[in-house]
Amino acid sequence: MKGGDGDCYYSRRQVHMANVQTEVMSPVKATRRRRNSLQAKRERLFYILVLPWVIGFLAFTLGPMVYSLYLSFTHWDLFSSPRFIGLGNYAQLSGDPLFWQSLRVTSIYSIVSVPLGLIVSLMLAILLNQKVKGLSVFRTILYLPSVVSGVAVSTVFMWVFNPQFGLLNALLGELGVKGPGWLSDPNWALPSLILMSLWGVGGNMIIFLAGLQNIPVSLLEAASLDGATLWRRFWSVTIPILSPSILFNLVLSIINQFQTFTQAYVMTNGGPLHSTLFYVYYLFENAFQYLNMGYAAALGWILFIIILVLTMIVLATSKKWVFYQGE
Amino acid sequence: MVMTSNVRRSVGRAIVYVLLIIFSLASLLPFYWMVSASLKPNYSVFSFPPQWIPWPLEWSNYPKAMTFVPFLQFFVNTLIIVVSTLIGSLMSNILVGYAFARLEARGKNVLFYIVLSTMMLPYAVLMVPQYAIFSSLGWVNTFLPLIVPSFFGNAFFIFLLRQFFMGIPRDLEDAAAIDGAGLFSTIVRIIIPVSWPAMITVCIFQIQFTWNDFLGPLIYLNKQSMFTLALGLNDFIGQYTGSWNLLMAASTVILLPILLIFYFGQRLFIGGIVMTGLKD
Repeated sequence: MKGGDGDCYYSRRQVHMANVQTEVMSPVKATRRRRNSLQAKRERLFYILVLPWVIGFLAFTLGPMVYSLYLSFTHWDLFSSPRFIGLGNYAQLSGDPLFWQSLRVTSIYSIVSVPLGLIVSLMLAILLNQKVKGLSVFRTILYLPSVVSGVAVSTVFMWVFNPQFGLLNALLGELGVKGPGWLSDPNWALPSLILMSLWGVGGNMIIFLAGLQNIPVSLLEAASLDGATLWRRFWSVTIPILSPSILFNLVLSIINQFQTFTQAYVMTNGGPLHSTLFYVYYLFENAFQYLNMGYAAALGWILFIIILVLTMIVLATSKKWVFYQGE
Repeated sequence: MVMTSNVRRSVGRAIVYVLLIIFSLASLLPFYWMVSASLKPNYSVFSFPPQWIPWPLEWSNYPKAMTFVPFLQFFVNTLIIVVSTLIGSLMSNILVGYAFARLEARGKNVLFYIVLSTMMLPYAVLMVPQYAIFSSLGWVNTFLPLIVPSFFGNAFFIFLLRQFFMGIPRDLEDAAAIDGAGLFSTIVRIIIPVSWPAMITVCIFQIQFTWNDFLGPLIYLNKQSMFTLALGLNDFIGQYTGSWNLLMAASTVILLPILLIFYFGQRLFIGGIVMTGLKD
């Protein structure tokens, strides 16, 4: 993203010039001083307007982050005061099989559901970018699932996945296939939740659709005249132009999928046999059921670092595969 | 030659339609499964093979589901939180978004990058310390931990509004400035009236987020009289395991308002995302 300096009322150079003052006032300098005070006023206004955000950032984000780092070095049950134990929580984590299990579950879920979600949402966006009648109806229908989320959706999908009376096994039954036990089967519970995540790709789809509508028709026509096949046009024109949207969706999907919680809490309680023990679910359990606040803080910091590193890796590689039009 | 290209085009169109219909069915079927179960009497919920079209329609499932637990209370609680966060969110994000779009100051770009980077912060890392802070303020079992933060801006909304504001022609504000209008009256009289697609987008996202939020209420509200709809439904699952018709009736009632809001706001909503999306 560009900063947009050029759009602003006063450029940096003017700010700088206005700051250089001498003792003797000439008419020109008087104007400058007036401009200087106007600039100062604008700057003050900027800070007044963003003040709520700055206060909120300090009180609800930066402050808690620092506090949580401190807590991660303590043993704390919420009632007595925190007892400093150094790296004790982190040492305990490295030997905690449930911690590794939660990391494994969350990683598998993200590694499968993120690319799968991107592919499905891109496919839907491409379909919605064709010139056929009734598109706005299809767009509404395909976006509808991503409007809803949370407990109600989890409840509905518990019913969809019901082994005996659920939608999926009813459909499979019509085809003469006996469906699996879905959420009640340790081998199928995580795949079930991955399947469910595909239902909510509408947000990515809309971002892709916006990106597709930015592709100049002339470019595709030119490629077509040069004899490029549909497949070739997709890889050489559509994907490069869409790459900023892919980057945006990729980063946000990773961040979101790593924080999956509600499905695990409502639908499976992390089971069966810890097969859906998601990271944030395990963190929540430690914090609010076992009252291991220090341990939970350490879990939180590790998640933060994982997401930070993954985001950095994606952003670093993006220089190689993301193209911005007009560059 | 003309014929074959016509044939190819209509085959292509047919494929597009078939795929769109298949995906649309996949989108709608879970909703259908929910509504159809909500209208089945107890015995036909568990009939095998499953009944695709419910008959007779058991409308009494709805009042039954609404009275087993104090749903009206949960609805009022949710509404209080939704309306409060909406007010907080609009007030703070419009002002901050405007400042980033139009005013110039030292440190602005650095600050903007900090705003954007908070989007990448997992809530999980803030969960424990925020709880410690709010509980020391005595805010547990009040709506305050769910409402107050919305008055201090949100990175995503700030970004969205900033993008929109930057697309508004400057002449309007210049004219207002010449007329001697101050900053706040410029925002209220000039900016807000032309930005309502973006405002509605922010509102829909905020309503959707608050309405669907589960983790926040789960952490802070543990008295039943304070429950939101999401918490109430979760409680309901525990108490009525197996009463799928009632659970589905309750889910339908909870999902319906969000679906209706989206349906009526969608043109502006999707337009708002497309317009502000990823232009910069």
